[in-house]
Amino acid sequence: MPLALLKRALLGSRVKDRQFIWPGDLKKSYDVVIIGGGGHGLAAAYYLAKNHGITDVAVLERGYVGGGNTARNTAIIRSNYLTPEGVRFYDESVRLFQDLSFELDINLMYSQRGHCTLAHTDAAIRTMRWRAEVNKHLGVNSELVLRDDLAKQVPLLDMSEDVRLPILGALFHPPGSIARHDAVAWGYGGLASHRGVEIHQRTEVTGIEVEDGKVTAVQTNRGRVACGRVLQAVAGNSSEVARMAGIRLPITSIPLQACVSQPLKPFLDPIIVSGSLHVYVSQTPRGELVMGGSTDPYPLYQTRSTLEFKEELMMHLLELFPFLSEVKLLRQWAGTADMTPDFSPVMGETPIRNYYIDAGWGTWGFKATPVSGKRMAETVATGKVPDLIEGFRLSRFTEFDLVGEKGAASVGH
Amino acid sequence: MSTRLPEPAGRLIDRTRTVAFTFDGRSYEGFEGDTIASALYANGVRVLSRSFKYHRPRGVFTMAGRDANTLVQVGPEPSVLADRRPITSGLAVTAQNVFGRAERDFGAALDKLGRFMPAGFYYKAFFKPKGSWAYWERVLRRMAGLGTVDVHTPHGPFDKQYLFADVAVIGAGPAGIAAAVAAAKAGAEVLLIDENPYLGGALAWGREDPDGSRLRALEASVAAYPTLSVMTDTVCNGWFEDNWLALIRENRLSKLRARAVVMAAGCDGQPAVFRNNDLPGVMLGSAAQRLIRLYGVKPGSRAVIVTSGAEGYEVALDLRDAGVEIACLADLRQDPPAAPGDTHFPVIAGAAVRAAVPGRGGAGVGGAEVARLSADGRLGTSIDRFACDLIVTTVGHHPAAQLLCQTGARLRYDDDAQMFRVAGLPETVFAAGSVDGIFGLESTIADGTRAGSAAAAAIGLDAKSSERPQSAPAGEGAPWPIFPHAEGKDFIDFDEDLQVKDILSSYAEGYDGIELVKRFSTVGMGPSQGRHSALTAARILSRAAGTTVDGAGVTTVRPPVGPEKIGHLAGRAFQPVRLTAMHHRHVALAARMMPAGAWMRPAYYGTPGDRDAAIHAEVMAVRENVGLIDVSTLGGIDIRGPEAAEFMNRFYTFAYLKQPVGRARYVLATDIGGVIIDDGVACRFGDEHFYVTTTTSTSDSVYRQMLWYNAQWRLKVDIANVTAAYAAVNIAGPKSRDVLAAIAADVDLSADACPYMGVREGLVAGLPARLLRVGFVGELGYEIHVPASCGEALWDALMEAGAAHGIRPFGVEAQRLLRLEKGHIIIGQDTDGLTFPDEAGMGWAVSVKKPYFVGARSVAIQRARPPQRLLVGFEMAKDDPLPEECHLVVRDDTITGRVTSVALSPVLGKIVGLAYVAPDQAEEGTAISIKLTDGRLVTARVVKPPFYDPEGDRQAL
Repeated sequence: MPLALLKRALLGSRVKDRQFIWPGDLKKSYDVVIIGGGGHGLAAAYYLAKNHGITDVAVLERGYVGGGNTARNTAIIRSNYLTPEGVRFYDESVRLFQDLSFELDINLMYSQRGHCTLAHTDAAIRTMRWRAEVNKHLGVNSELVLRDDLAKQVPLLDMSEDVRLPILGALFHPPGSIARHDAVAWGYGGLASHRGVEIHQRTEVTGIEVEDGKVTAVQTNRGRVACGRVLQAVAGNSSEVARMAGIRLPITSIPLQACVSQPLKPFLDPIIVSGSLHVYVSQTPRGELVMGGSTDPYPLYQTRSTLEFKEELMMHLLELFPFLSEVKLLRQWAGTADMTPDFSPVMGETPIRNYYIDAGWGTWGFKATPVSGKRMAETVATGKVPDLIEGFRLSRFTEFDLVGEKGAASVGH
Repeated sequence: MSTRLPEPAGRLIDRTRTVAFTFDGRSYEGFEGDTIASALYANGVRVLSRSFKYHRPRGVFTMAGRDANTLVQVGPEPSVLADRRPITSGLAVTAQNVFGRAERDFGAALDKLGRFMPAGFYYKAFFKPKGSWAYWERVLRRMAGLGTVDVHTPHGPFDKQYLFADVAVIGAGPAGIAAAVAAAKAGAEVLLIDENPYLGGALAWGREDPDGSRLRALEASVAAYPTLSVMTDTVCNGWFEDNWLALIRENRLSKLRARAVVMAAGCDGQPAVFRNNDLPGVMLGSAAQRLIRLYGVKPGSRAVIVTSGAEGYEVALDLRDAGVEIACLADLRQDPPAAPGDTHFPVIAGAAVRAAVPGRGGAGVGGAEVARLSADGRLGTSIDRFACDLIVTTVGHHPAAQLLCQTGARLRYDDDAQMFRVAGLPETVFAAGSVDGIFGLESTIADGTRAGSAAAAAIGLDAKSSERPQSAPAGEGAPWPIFPHAEGKDFIDFDEDLQVKDILSSYAEGYDGIELVKRFSTVGMGPSQGRHSALTAARILSRAAGTTVDGAGVTTVRPPVGPEKIGHLAGRAFQPVRLTAMHHRHVALAARMMPAGAWMRPAYYGTPGDRDAAIHAEVMAVRENVGLIDVSTLGGIDIRGPEAAEFMNRFYTFAYLKQPVGRARYVLATDIGGVIIDDGVACRFGDEHFYVTTTTSTSDSVYRQMLWYNAQWRLKVDIANVTAAYAAVNIAGPKSRDVLAAIAADVDLSADACPYMGVREGLVAGLPARLLRVGFVGELGYEIHVPASCGEALWDALMEAGAAHGIRPFGVEAQRLLRLEKGHIIIGQDTDGLTFPDEAGMGWAVSVKKPYFVGARSVAIQRARPPQRLLVGFEMAKDDPLPEECHLVVRDDTITGRVTSVALSPVLGKIVGLAYVAPDQAEEGTAISIKLTDGRLVTARVVKPPFYDPEGDRQAL
């Protein structure tokens, strides 16, 4: 029995143990307004307060904290990307995650399970080798594992050659992990609120005021708020919010669905991904299988579920694990993926002065929560874009200096 | 011990047929028609499962397959609803989540530790000091989960079906039947769906129809309409956009498209919250009634009833009629209307059960503590104890509105009815009966008729509209049937073992709304998806937060409604494979087949053991004699029409306006970002006819792009994807002309008449053919395209004609090597998702003179700036370590590029390859470092491709 539980049972919960301190009314102005109370916005708020001493901050959240894509992702953390920019960036995130339970004083149930991306074709084997080589070169633990070794490593996989797409090998990435995604938002938001950041839920930004090319205020359903700087962190809605500031983003918003099975006694240790079969699956600490597939085939701003998604995903899942046909699905849901042309995020400055953006998080947002929060806070606080995220600047699309990560996306798009 | 009641109780069981089965290794007998739960109950087995967190004993609660208490393992199938699954002979049932058996679970020790495990306890502990989580994670992971996966389970025989209906009615209780009949009467084709094996819903087990005449009448009305079909034992598990319904029956998923839908799924009885309200023996009134009327099982010997309205009295009468002694009925109302005349059991008004007292052994009910309620709804301290083995509760309802919520409808709390009601239905979706708060037999029938008529009218049929009827008072719910106990175990969510204090503490910690409370406490996240916890959680939160119940609200409902197997969704895996016309010839020649896009292609001809030798021999055959490869998988698109050349000119980067008829020209396609997406050749067979090839995996996407662009351009062209209409081979090698000439006598194949990049139409072996003199492998060669039906004939004719010349079929592996020697790139291998034409050395294929092509602007911008990388050829000595494709090119620890293609060339006697390098490394003769898998660096020399026959003499022969 851990001491923490004994103490709580005997002493009860105290104010300082409360996760959140909620503010009263909106003030007339703040140094920094963060639009979006998801993981990224709350992490940025936390690092602004902690690393930069900036606490006159309002986080404006249309719904409830962590209720957007932070709540809807499949909680996978990895850094086995393809470009040096991507690998370095996500590697910092993995390293921040590893100590994050401590930092945030909340058990994120960070679980290093190993991440295994299957290759069913020659082309996929080449891509996996490319990623493995780039990863290793930059100090990230990844290796291309061929068929026979893979069969030993993940004996549950159907390695038969009599299937449509036999498994030829995999990119194995031991640091690949899962974590309790909601708790990441709570941890950041909670500590930020204890440091004086105001988190206003049910507060929707309806307009952004720009004067002389510089942002001056945001309008909300609860009134106008003047501000020195703005950070936009609204994954799933980036284009629409940026449009209020007169910024056009090269982003297409596409539904991304996922689902979860009933709880099962643990049997699957690693995270298994197949790009060719459009499947990814892991087993949570509750014993549920969390499963996802490719993005929907068309853009849409709606988080409805479809039957077709499940049918296709499950057909492919049984290709990998034929014994799962009797397992039952519990729940399905959808989020909105802001897809960029190069499958990399957009971070940093915008054409509007003092208006910073954290967008384009497609299907890779959750795993970047700590690093984007930390680096965006640095950007907002200092006005200087750190080297680590410079490659992800918005202007790269007009400069044709893209960061191509399509080959490292988990599933088809 | 049998507790069976005499007939007419037990309408679903056939007492003439006994069925033997086992539970936790012990043998039991039931009757055909029994569910696992009813048969076990009849045998005196009350404990069916252990709870998720505390391993508390759990048993029948709804008897309707709507709670998680009855989840059991049946062979390889986890989480089977024991109160829904029929028993069959020899069925082996085991308890889930137990260390031992359901009856005796060593995990039950955890129950004693509940105090230390409040909501979200795992967020607060187990991670300090650093490193301790690794230990605790293993411990907690062992505790996780319910059922067990058997990794040897075979893929079962699942299938799928499409269905169509004018009106679908979900739920065949009185309301659903009335709706179905009304819609059928109006002329609609109706499908009436119910999850139970019988019609009638509550009428089949309630007290409203003592002689069964009403149910028989309803059944007769259903049978009267030939356009009304019925599916029982069928769960409607999801509503999707445009009334697309997922129906599950046995091993089949039926997908139903309905023009209108009536949802009459009823409601879920809600638990009363008191100490030990989860003990086996505490159940809903409806569960007790189901045990009696459906299965003929006596629910107990002595009962205490808690009710908030008339329903509890009916249950009490049913129990009494079944021989159960009524210890007392506690009516939550201070001043209930007079009970029906013949009650003869003690009624305590203004009272509630404060706690269930565990019986001997702790795994069932031994008694009830009944306490008086004060005017403000609090429990008094004086207690009456009643010995009993059954506590039944009827304290309110929650609509079974999952499907309605999936349509976008909202649940709003109705303070008069003390339940959530449905608001905001889409135009073609209707609710009827108790799912929308209408109770009482006559009222639900009237409401069903109203909804069925409205559904018929909504799809344009002539049907009379009517007003909503008034609900009878039968559904009266209590506003606050929640009696927290100082010592806890007052469960509000059985799936997740959550108690009243867990909601309160979640709120106190700052989780200030129902969504956050749900996520933190996990209320409603278990297998029953909040059916029995959402209302209670909303009520507790509303009091804690000082809002209304409606203000506290409920969380979003998501599909599926009930459990659905992965096998149901997968069905028979249908993964089409495309085989070329010559596929069986390849197989007969012992080809090793490999997937290529949607197709299968020969990788090489031989066994894996001889792989390298086979490829070598195939390469040498092409270089020295003649080889034959099936290229049917290449895409083929016919572009015809007066503006065909203009279309080509816009879609591809090269220039096509002046391409002569009878000539082929290379095509390169870029996307709007200027990135290479495809290549091939364009053959001009007429002024207004181009035949374009694509790579194997892009034919569909290129075709789609063509249609998409021409939807904007509106050029006068017809675009036809003829990939599957043609079979094609490439015959290549110095003797290819001789072989071809032997069977294509009427085509002039001379170099003058059919030069390199010339195209012809003519007869080959008597087959109508398109002849393309192109050279991917760098030898004299012809692609021959014939109608797919002629593929085998062409193959056979060439093999026969070539026999004397040593013809040999070659596969994709040999082709890759041959083209590499020639320095030809493969799109997707030597390019990636960001490759511009100039980077890949394909700048020559971009016309700068024409005003536009897809991607022109991006390519121009790209050209105006210094290149970032360049694709170059490189070579290494034969004995050097052979790099692999995608090994990195590095310089001073910086990645400057990667190897895209590499092989040991048997003809050249050295290693040759293509690689991306930094622009300043692209100079011929530059030494580049390639990093191998093991980290070793090897040096290669940059050379200008082609490596083989640089002047191109051999293909121009």
